[in-house]
Amino acid sequence: MADSEVLHAEHHLEYPYSRSTGPIIGAFLTGLRDGIFLGATGSDGRIIVPPTEYDPITSDDVGELVPVGPGGVIESWAWVSHPLRKHPLQKPFAWALVKLDGADTAMLHAVDAPGPEALATGTRVTARFRPAAERIGSMADLEAFVVEGGAS
Amino acid sequence: MADETTDSGPVTTLATPIRLDFEFTPGVAQSRFLRGLERGEFFGQRCPKCGKVYVPSRGTCPTDGVATTEDVKLGNSGTVTTYCVVNVPFAGQSIEIPYICAQILLDGANLSFMGLIQEIPTDQIRMGMRVEAVWVDQSELTPSLASVRYFRPNGEPDADYETYKEYL
Repeated sequence: MADSEVLHAEHHLEYPYSRSTGPIIGAFLTGLRDGIFLGATGSDGRIIVPPTEYDPITSDDVGELVPVGPGGVIESWAWVSHPLRKHPLQKPFAWALVKLDGADTAMLHAVDAPGPEALATGTRVTARFRPAAERIGSMADLEAFVVEGGAS
Repeated sequence: MADETTDSGPVTTLATPIRLDFEFTPGVAQSRFLRGLERGEFFGQRCPKCGKVYVPSRGTCPTDGVATTEDVKLGNSGTVTTYCVVNVPFAGQSIEIPYICAQILLDGANLSFMGLIQEIPTDQIRMGMRVEAVWVDQSELTPSLASVRYFRPNGEPDADYETYKEYL
């Protein structure tokens, strides 16, 4: 039998899970849908973004949810030269830890920048949300961060 | 998540599908079996040492550990060795319940495989029943078990227990 007669086929296995968000993550995602970031107030007064369900020190419920951002500072980053299909951007981009203005913790998301030379630890970025009509209450509602005042 | 785009209430659920993408190849031996299905025929392979015919063949004899190189065309009929009547609905079910799932030993084969039995009330299925494959229309044949619509009784008298007792 010639090799060409050996069959090939694509095979896709998919599990359509849906998760309950709970009140805190749910509020954070609702905020993203509305185009704002919400952080949780910890027992030590720190603002935790994204909010945790429970206080990381006392394990009690976290305190008040407060708006933060939309600007922030890159704390750490890595350039992705060859994005994978499931990545948020289908062109080279950076994964970055961004500490939003008013927050005391950094969150991970994509930064849409023209190239790695445009980024550094300490670079100021701001959120680029999807158009309001396309936002569904998902992390992907935040399309990417972009360098503040820069072209991308 | 369509309800959340129109509803301005708080977000309570999050779709988190998990998807795995495979490039599947059945290999040489099973490709022959599948090509046979595309022609409306069952093909197995014989072990050169013990003489057993496997369907579908994986290309080797699991007993003797040697390659199975001789292709053997099998009959369109076979014998029900054992069966199960499915009464329980489950997600993704494509066949109306109740239905019969049976192990079928094709004529000329030494290995049974699972098939759907139709055209018979579920309480009349029995071990030893002789059945035949019903294929999809010629134009719809593909290299897939979907080419076999189901098996149905072929009208022959039941097979003698001695002929299939080794395959239970």
